[in-house]
Amino acid sequence: MTRTAWRPGTWVVWGTVAFFLIFVGGVVGSVVVNSFAVRWFDTWLPDGWTTRWYGASWSDFDLPSVLLVTFQVSVLVVAISLLTGVPASYALARREFPGKRALTLLFLLPIMIPPVTYGIPLATVLYKFHLAGTLAGVVLANLVPSIPFVILVMTPFIEQIDPRIEAAARMCGAPTRAVLGRVLAPLLVPGMLAAGILVLVRTVGMFELTFLTAGPDSETLVVALYYSVSAAGIRAQQQVDAMAVVYTMSMLVLLVIALRFVNPTQLVTQIKERPGT
Amino acid sequence: MTAPSVEGVALRHRLAERGLDRTLLLLLPAAVFVAGLFLYPFLYGLQLSFQPQDGGGVFANYAEFFRDGYLRDTIATTLWLGVPAALGNVAASVPLAYRMRGRFRGKRLLTTVLVVPITLGTVLTAEGLLTFLGPTGWFNRVLLGLGLVDEPVRLTHNYWGVLFSLIITGFPFAFLLTLSYLTGIDPSLESAAATLGAGWWQRFRFVTFPLLVPGLAITFCLSFVLAFSVFPSAILVGEPSGGTRVISIAAYHAAFEEYDYSMGSAIAMIMGVVELLVIALVLGWRATLYRGSTGGKG
Repeated sequence: MTRTAWRPGTWVVWGTVAFFLIFVGGVVGSVVVNSFAVRWFDTWLPDGWTTRWYGASWSDFDLPSVLLVTFQVSVLVVAISLLTGVPASYALARREFPGKRALTLLFLLPIMIPPVTYGIPLATVLYKFHLAGTLAGVVLANLVPSIPFVILVMTPFIEQIDPRIEAAARMCGAPTRAVLGRVLAPLLVPGMLAAGILVLVRTVGMFELTFLTAGPDSETLVVALYYSVSAAGIRAQQQVDAMAVVYTMSMLVLLVIALRFVNPTQLVTQIKERPGT
Repeated sequence: MTAPSVEGVALRHRLAERGLDRTLLLLLPAAVFVAGLFLYPFLYGLQLSFQPQDGGGVFANYAEFFRDGYLRDTIATTLWLGVPAALGNVAASVPLAYRMRGRFRGKRLLTTVLVVPITLGTVLTAEGLLTFLGPTGWFNRVLLGLGLVDEPVRLTHNYWGVLFSLIITGFPFAFLLTLSYLTGIDPSLESAAATLGAGWWQRFRFVTFPLLVPGLAITFCLSFVLAFSVFPSAILVGEPSGGTRVISIAAYHAAFEEYDYSMGSAIAMIMGVVELLVIALVLGWRATLYRGSTGGKG
């Protein structure tokens, strides 16, 4: 690709991109403009501008406590899924054993099945054990796709670490603790960081599972936002929009951080590890 | 571990030769979590779906689902949204990713911009679509201003609104995957074809595309899973009691609004089966394709 001739096909492609971006821009722009609007009906732009909707949504939706819950849930999910997922990926990457394919399939299924399908039985089980509606229930539900996701990201990552490094460390007399702490851990940190951030983004954005298992005190930001929209009429539209903007801004910050650590083209190695490949 | 008797050591050696040693204990926590939180609820839901609340035999829920047109049609409604959305997203990302596979200035920026819609989330997308595409929104204003239509086009609270929201949230994902598959194909293959006199269409059609198809099949499956579980946007921008009553709404409605967990589980199981059928079809077709080395990574 040293020379690119401007063929009609090129124009069509870039035209489609431009249209998509204008469309998305219009969608986002509408919400942002409306969240600053005093009143906006049948005109191009609102009658006047104000920032009071942000203040109102901060107090009316009890945003501080919703944000706290979101933070607690995502940090717990990230920590637990890394603690359980990374050792499992190590075993999957380094060992061949009978039943490995079945186990890999078990770890992949939660990602291939839509959340609502297993979310409804899961919520029923959580209600049975009186965990639904609590923070613990929300964390447990969000672990279901997160642990397999960590395994999916980390297994290829560990596979590409040369096992001879561990062998060399052992030969030089390092006990298991030192091999893990001083040889493997530093090598694993970049992968764990990437997996952790991706799980964080997914958990903050995960609507279905949280919606099915959360109670009034354990709503995350997405779910609170959904309730405020579906209960339309009670709240001013602008106030809902203000909250949606807050949500998107926090997601955007997370994604930009994630893209600094994760090269999107790394995704391919995860996907190619699926069974049958 | 007990004191290593002679037989104990021998057994451990024999097991280790077959790949069973203490390293496998590392799998235990993750396996316990997935078994307890995914497999057990799934099986619990399955057996619950065979115990109808109103009695009437083991398969009463399933019979009810397929007898009641309001429930049965949700399968078609969901497929009618999910398949075009997934197909469209994959089809649109191929030419775009093909153009962007090389190195050029601003590639990282453009990729980031295209990925941003992932962060929008369902609610902002829904709110934005309602405002932007609504009768007095900017989209209709432009169309009216240009004289393309005489009265506002109705694009919200129906099929189109939901489809648009699926495209906005699903396209960036499909694009990223396609791009990463495409960059995994060795560019020297295409150079070789060019040396033999192949034009750009021939190079794409007979070299790059066949190597890309298996990846596209996976991309389609993952996009389809995303689109198939459409739930919030079908309620917010769609017509949840009519044209976009998708199967997840029916399952949620049965389980948490009518408190018929048995029926809810049955619908969830049907939903899983339909989804896995589509994926099995696609993956079965994919198995018939060339899946050797693409020369690149992966």
